Formats: sequence, structure tokens, C-alpha cells
Amino acid sequence: MDKFLFGRYIPGHSWVHRLDPRAKLVLCFMYVLVVFFANNLWTYLLLTVLLLASVAATAISLRIFLRGLRPLLWLLIFTVLIQVFFGAGGHVYWSWGILSVTHDGLISAGLILMRFVLIIMISTLLTFSTAPLDIADGIESLLSPLRKVHFPVATLALMLSLALRFVPTLMDEAEKIMNAQRARGVDFGTGGLKQQIKTIVPILIPLFVNAFNRAVDISTAMEARGYQDGENRTKYRQLKWQRADTISFLVYVVSLASVIGLRFVA
Amino acid sequence: MDITFQHVNYWYQAGTPFAVQALTDIDLTIASDTFTAVIGQTGSGKSTMIQHLDALLKPTEGTVAIGDRLIDHTTKNKHLKPVRKKVGIVFQFPENQLFEETVIKDIAFGPQNFGVSETDATKLAREKAELVGLDAALLERSPFDLSGGQMRRVAIAGVLALEPEVLVLDEPTAGLDPRGRLEIMSLLTKLRTEQHLTIVLITHQMDDVANYADHVIVMAHGQVVKQGTPRAIFSDPEWLANYQLEMPSATRFAQRLVERGFSFDPLPLTEAELADQLMGQLPKEATPHG
Repeated sequence: MDKFLFGRYIPGHSWVHRLDPRAKLVLCFMYVLVVFFANNLWTYLLLTVLLLASVAATAISLRIFLRGLRPLLWLLIFTVLIQVFFGAGGHVYWSWGILSVTHDGLISAGLILMRFVLIIMISTLLTFSTAPLDIADGIESLLSPLRKVHFPVATLALMLSLALRFVPTLMDEAEKIMNAQRARGVDFGTGGLKQQIKTIVPILIPLFVNAFNRAVDISTAMEARGYQDGENRTKYRQLKWQRADTISFLVYVVSLASVIGLRFVA
Repeated sequence: MDITFQHVNYWYQAGTPFAVQALTDIDLTIASDTFTAVIGQTGSGKSTMIQHLDALLKPTEGTVAIGDRLIDHTTKNKHLKPVRKKVGIVFQFPENQLFEETVIKDIAFGPQNFGVSETDATKLAREKAELVGLDAALLERSPFDLSGGQMRRVAIAGVLALEPEVLVLDEPTAGLDPRGRLEIMSLLTKLRTEQHLTIVLITHQMDDVANYADHVIVMAHGQVVKQGTPRAIFSDPEWLANYQLEMPSATRFAQRLVERGFSFDPLPLTEAELADQLMGQLPKEATPHG
């Protein structure tokens, strides 16, 4: 778990770090959507340039971003191989039974790989540069129009921020329990499948029991501090839209619009 | 079985932007059949250090010798089980590790992992439950029905059931009432005198250090800043204050008596020592009749 970078926050003060979380969420979402429009060399080039420029604006080295890809490497290889061997159409280079390597298959494998990498990188960029609580605030603010249809936005936001707050705590706790059980002779990650599943029980049960106990404690403490429900509360952390947000927005809208334009022109 | 650290450095998340050095150039020996206390402020690396005693963490640099096994960063996990049988660790708030349906099954869980048969493990569990003072009526109950103090004893019994040669405890009395604390500490004394266990205790209770330990390791900022007998450690009040550590309460009381004209040589560490030295100095009319 030590080397797991995907989905983590790296504190900093760069241009991207200071952006409004709402802006980052919307831009990231738009980017992911537009990735599916890209279909030729120029569109991908433009998307890559935009991504690299954003990475540079985070002041986090590209190497760390690439390392963040590592846990998903097998998924990438697996998907690409499936595309390569089962893709159909175009010139057939090689075939054996139901497996065949074709021109179109190779092209679509390349596209899938590119899309995967771009999408993972942009979402890594979001989590690297945005503190979890900011993400929760951003989501709450973006969902707030749903109040009109009686969607419990405040409750959802509370659940989200509580959940995010306790991810590291639960991770720590899981690690502590694992260590305690290892000290009692449990071997994690060895033996057959059945053996390995059995070793999960001594972690899972204490983890669940602690989570239940903690939930009771937290709700008691919240009630004691006057929490009634999500409605009619003021906010301590106010989100502010600044000029940097507008500028970033313009850059993204122009680039992403050009990507869509290029798709239909070229 | 001795445990020796040689030039141990440890980084959490080594090789990532989050790398933090938790231990710096640690050299120490925990000798067989001793009671070692580890003290130091929160975040001084005590808990990281003790995880090396059981090879739960492996040094990033340097070596740890546990008995005749040498552990360094290349040691493979699958060869470590015999080490873990010899060193038992009771972690902070060990009640969080209980999971079985009944107390007895939970205590017997450890030995069974090391290949002890179910019947033998259950027998062992009964023995250890009695040793830690658990009522036999509790053994068939669920561990989650017990009180905090009882749960902690179940957890300690579960570690003792491994029959380790070295017992490591990370603040075993944290959050217990005074009576529970005394019970746990006297259990440790019993284990030490009757079963000759080597005991390593992390604690913030200087009275426990003075009363029970014969070797003290002081840690600060991931380094060992002083080692020695409790008397050597507590001989320099200014140095201790520098590291935000307290004196034992008997010593503090003696210091105030010195201000009122009493004299002690050496300064007493325990209540018994204080009483002994005071007896000779009290004015005649204050001593009890007899």
C-alpha cells in the first residue's frame, strides 16, 4: 500500500492546486468526454499537448504521474492484447484459429491505449492536485441545482466528506490489524486461493466492528455538537471563482472545441 | 535470545514523494532476560522500532539480528514465520485484533497458525487465559461482549499463547483504569520472574519505568539519544526536560523535599526507595511509636 500513488493528493501551491475545485471537476469531466471524440493523429496530439501543459502547471514531475499508471499496467496490457488479437477488418497480417492480427485491430488497440492513458492521467491530475475535502465541496456545489428535485445534496455531501475523511484512517487501521495478525502467525499473500481468502477474515471482522463502533461514536459526537440535518447550515469553507479559473476554462474550452472540430474536418 | 540493531535506517514509502525517514542510524541491543523500557515523545519512532523486532518492518539500511536470524532489506517474507513465533508483539489497543466467535477460539488462533493442533491450542488457550486472569466463564462468550479491559487481556493472552521468548508491548496500559493498569504491570512481573520472558515495553508512565525496567532506551526524532539503567537516565533532570520527559513521581516528590532541607543520595526512583531513605531523616517525634 506504501507505493500506491493512484488517487492520492500531493500538497502544493501550483497554478492547478489553487484552482477552484468546481473548475477542475468540470474541466476533467469535459476532457474525458472529449477523449472519446478524438479519432485521428491531430486530435490526439492536441489532447496530449493539453494534458502535458496541465501536468507542467501542477509542478509535479511527469515521472510521478507515470508511476501512478503502474498499478493499472496489467489492465492496459490486457485490454490492448484483446483488441490486437480479436480486432477484425482491414488487411490481415497474421491469424491462427479465432485469433488474428489485422490492420484495423492494431489501430483500435492504439486508440484504446491512448484513451486509457489520457483518461487515467487527467483523473490522476485531478486527485494529485485537489485535496479530498475540496473535491467533496466541489461535488456538493455542482450538485446543488438538484435540490430543486428534492435530491438530498447536503446529506450526500456529508456522507462523501465523512467517507473521504476516514479513508486514510481506515487504511491505517487495516494496516495495524494486518500487522497484529501477522505477528500472530497469519501469512498474507501465500498459499492457495482458499487459504488466502481465509486470511482475510481476521482483518475484515475487526475492521467492520471498529467501523460500526466509530459510526456510533461519531454520530453521538455530532448530535452533541448540535447537528440536526443537512439543511439550513452555513458553510465555513466558501468556494471562490477566480481569474485563474476563467483563464483555465477558456484554454480548455478552446482546445477541446478544436479537438471536436478536427474530428469532423480531417 | 538477543536482538541487535546495527546501523538501522528506515524510511516509510521509500522512493516516493512521500518518503519520510522514521529511524536514523539505530544501534541497540535487547539482551535476553531483561526488562527494557522504550520511552520518548509521540512520533519519536518507538512504534516503528518495535516493528523491526518481529521483522514486520525490514530495515531500509542496516541489519537487525533476531536470535541467530539476520534481517536486512533483502530478507524474503516467507522465511520470517519462525522469527514471529519467538517474538510476540502486543500492539497499542490490541483489543482491535479480536475476531473469532468465542474468546477461547481467538486465543487459540495464534498457535494454530504455527501448526499446533486444535486440541493442544485450546488447552494452551485455557492456560494463558488463566495466566492473564480471565474468568473461565468468559471463555465461551464472544470477545465483542466483553469490557475494554477484558478484551485487552484476551488479546494479550492470544499473544502469550504463541509462547514467545521475547514479549513486546506497545503501551499496554493506555486507556485503562488504575486497577487495570496495576494488574497488567503485575502480570508482566510474573511473566518475567516465573517464565523468564524478555520484555520490551513502550510506555509514557515513568513510574512504570522506574519500578520495573532494568534497561531504558530513550528515543527522539527517530534516533536513540540515550541508553542505560533507569538511574542513569533519571539522573539528569535538565536533560530529561529538554526531551520533554518527566521524572518518576517519587523522584519529583523527593526533589521538593530537598528544597525543604532533606537530602537524598542517590535520588530515589520508586516509592519504596523514597520511604527507605526518608525513615532515617525524619525527626524523632515524627516516627511511629514502637
